[in-house]
Amino acid sequence: MFDFAGFLDLPLIWYGLIAIAIILYVILDGFGLGMGLLFPFAPTDQCRDRMMNSIAPVWDSNETWLVLGGGGLFAAFPLAYSVLMPALYIPIIIMLLGIIFRGVSFEFRFKAQGRSRKIWDTTFHVGSLTAALMQGMIIGAYVQGFEVEGRHFAGGAFDWLNAYSVMTGVAVVCGYALLGATWLVMKTDGETQEWARKSAAYVMWYVAVFMGLVSVSMPMMNPDISALWFSYPNYLMLMPVPLLTAILFFVLWFDLQKDREIRPFVLSIGIFLLGYLGIGISLWPWLVPFAISIRDAAAAPTSQSLLLVGIAIMLPVMLAYIGYSYYVFRGKVSHEPYY
Amino acid sequence: MLTDLDPVFLARLQFTFTVAFHILFPAFTIGLASWLAVVEWRLLRTGDKIYEEVYRMWVKIFAVTFGMGVVSGIVLSFQFGTNWSVFSDRTGNVLGPLLGYEVLTAFFLEASFLGIMLFGWDRVSRKMHFASTVIVAFGTLLSAFWILSANSWMQTPQGYEIGEAGILYPTDWLEIIFNPSFPYRLVHMVTAAYLTTAFVVGGVGAYYLFRKQHVRHARVMMGMAMIMAVFVAPAQILFGDFHGLNSFEYQPAKVAAMEGLWETKKGAPMVLFAWPDQAAETNRYAVEIPKVSSLILTHDWEGEVRGLKEWPADERPPVAVVFWSFRIMVGLGVLMALTGLFAIFLFFRKKLFDTRWFQVWCMALTPAGFIAVVAGWFVTEVGRQPWVVYGLIRTAEAASPVGAEQIAPSLAAFIVVYLFIFGAGTYYILRLIAKGPQTEDEVFGTHGVDKPPIFSDMASEKGGDHV
Ligand code: HDD
Ligand code: HEM
Ligand code: HEM
Repeated sequence: MFDFAGFLDLPLIWYGLIAIAIILYVILDGFGLGMGLLFPFAPTDQCRDRMMNSIAPVWDSNETWLVLGGGGLFAAFPLAYSVLMPALYIPIIIMLLGIIFRGVSFEFRFKAQGRSRKIWDTTFHVGSLTAALMQGMIIGAYVQGFEVEGRHFAGGAFDWLNAYSVMTGVAVVCGYALLGATWLVMKTDGETQEWARKSAAYVMWYVAVFMGLVSVSMPMMNPDISALWFSYPNYLMLMPVPLLTAILFFVLWFDLQKDREIRPFVLSIGIFLLGYLGIGISLWPWLVPFAISIRDAAAAPTSQSLLLVGIAIMLPVMLAYIGYSYYVFRGKVSHEPYY
Repeated sequence: MLTDLDPVFLARLQFTFTVAFHILFPAFTIGLASWLAVVEWRLLRTGDKIYEEVYRMWVKIFAVTFGMGVVSGIVLSFQFGTNWSVFSDRTGNVLGPLLGYEVLTAFFLEASFLGIMLFGWDRVSRKMHFASTVIVAFGTLLSAFWILSANSWMQTPQGYEIGEAGILYPTDWLEIIFNPSFPYRLVHMVTAAYLTTAFVVGGVGAYYLFRKQHVRHARVMMGMAMIMAVFVAPAQILFGDFHGLNSFEYQPAKVAAMEGLWETKKGAPMVLFAWPDQAAETNRYAVEIPKVSSLILTHDWEGEVRGLKEWPADERPPVAVVFWSFRIMVGLGVLMALTGLFAIFLFFRKKLFDTRWFQVWCMALTPAGFIAVVAGWFVTEVGRQPWVVYGLIRTAEAASPVGAEQIAPSLAAFIVVYLFIFGAGTYYILRLIAKGPQTEDEVFGTHGVDKPPIFSDMASEKGGDHV
């Protein structure tokens, strides 16, 4: 059986690849879900049509990163997959139900006329909100760790639910709203853009506050994390993460006052990346926090190798055609249906 | 109260419900994508507007179905972990990469080019649009390839070794991917998807002809569907037969359940109808044709066929479900092949498009493919019981440590949500069918929007009700 374990650190590579799939999902579907969060607050129905049109051609491929994240975890770290999924049973099922409502709303809304369209406007919003909230709560539960015995989750059905996870849930909702709003600033003009810019400037403060809360609370909850960040010389090396985040918020604030169109979106992505990096550093080397490390969870080297070949060949191809599909739908969107 | 229910039973019920719901959509989209590619190819070749109008009508239906297929599929991929975590832990080394390849090679391809197929008419060239349709169709086939390879490995596992804690380790990838039942299952399933689509398209064409509407479009639909019924329906019976012979070799208990045979016999009869009684280990009210089962399965009137009693009671599948699902599928297969025969007959009498009873017949068979597909999967999956990986891992030991108090509400939620979504989706599809193909000066968007795009962006910003 072929196997690259002799010269590649497979668990590490796969940890990186899955981390990339998840952050790509968070950013790409994040602005799509953010669209759903902002949906009912848009000033006119024309704005809403534009919002829908701006993501209709790409939402499906954005959501596929979630399938890759989940499927990649199953393939590369089956043990982690089979501990985390039962532990997060309820929030995952609720998230899936949210994704269902939000996903079918695209097609149904295009077909519906008159009043029934309002139904799909509502399911679009509520579905996005549920999915975003649950994703945030899953992160909150994740950073608090899980109870594991042998190869199984050994905790209770509601271990994931507490004030902390509710806080991270709301934090992610705000974060997605920021991504959605800055995406709209880039993709629209006129009234929609103006409203999106205001929304972004408003929600930005919430994102900043929540990121601060998470950054302070994680070391407080866990002495290891605290030691990691605050021991010498670590903090010198890690200082740039919070510092850079603060700078990005600062620049974003100025950009939203001016008529910058593209940079606010890029900056919001940067903020997400840094937050993600911060969490990643804190939890290293755990895959199921404080119970199973990336090495213990790793699949057989031959399994990780086989799929690595697939990634090495397919990832550039995928990125090329995904890029092409964004290129086809480049520029400002209108509220009119595409042909 | 909830805690009294058996969590494994609930998990099985939930998986059955969600996967049976999911397969309805791939069964239709796999066929429809390929058919739309053919229609668009005809359009490019002939330049005949009729093909464009047919394409634009069906691509809307495709969009609705595809959307439902995607969201219900995402649910499935998470359920392996949420409900079958022991199964995931033990088979992850083998099945993980196969499902991973499905995402890498198929799902992204479909999803990205779907956007162009639905929304790209005026943004890319005609050729590029056609290429997108072909790529989406190709993606659905790749998706079927990988998922069926995974499923077939669960039926006929090979190319692995068992390590500590019952974890499976791959030893030969080619043996795993091309396991013995895979080629049969792939061919049978893809053909099933094509037939499903053909009977839907044919049924809708027949409906228009019956009502004397959209007659030119209806002839295209009906004509192409009947070509499938003539050539592919009989082929499917043949493929099914080969598939059965393969199962007879690798999963004889399943075949015994399909045939309803309890005793091992030389010259086993074909049981046409019966009520299999699992507890009494016999059939009630059986109608049999002597020796035919032996002939089909062993090509010998006196060949030996093993009956269910060869296996201990806790290694037998639930017979009645397998037995009846099998008869439903085969019965519908025969009706489909008959449709082909009628079509040939009417074609040579030059009455294919205006025979009323035949139109009613085709309309009645519109859902036939869906029913046969679900029945077929019930044969395959229930016939594999009590194993989740045949002969290796029992379904009961594969379940997650998740209690009934969590699964019962999630199952209830899936049922309510799916019925609601399915109802709405069906309603919109029926409306699109009732509306029929639009001629050039009526249609403005692939998404069924009736109003011309006369609003300028300026006007749009001023507000207003809705577009
Ligand atoms: C790659 C894997 C895979 C694939 C492609 C399918 N299934 Fe399956 N099926 C399973 C993996 C599986 C499973 C995880 O292995 C289950 C859950 C419990 C079990 O026994 O097997 C199962 C159970 C299961 C059962 C319940 C059997 C019982 O518990 O008595 C039914 C009726 C189906 N499936 C039907 C289907 C249908 C309609 C499919 C069409 C898409 C399908 N399966 C594809
Ligand atoms: C039980 C196992 C199955 C799982 C876990 C599964 C998983 C999935 C997932 C996650 C998606 C959505 C992908 C996306 O985001 O675009 C999907 C869609 C799809 N699946 Fe499945 N699937 C299963 C069974 C099947 C079978 C048996 C077939 C066909 C033979 C099939 C064919 C397809 C196709 C063609 C799509 C594209 C969407 C559509 O056509 O509606 N799947 N599936
Ligand atoms: C009329 C003759 C037919 C025969 C003899 C036949 C035979 C079979 C057999 C033996 C199986 C079980 C395979 C196993 O052991 O796992 C099967 C499964 C299946 N059948 Fe059929 N079949 C026929 C017609 C059809 C038709 C018309 C359709 C749908 C349009 C269909 C769809 C399916 C599907 C979806 C499955 C499950 C997937 C698989 O295992 O291939 N079949 N068929």
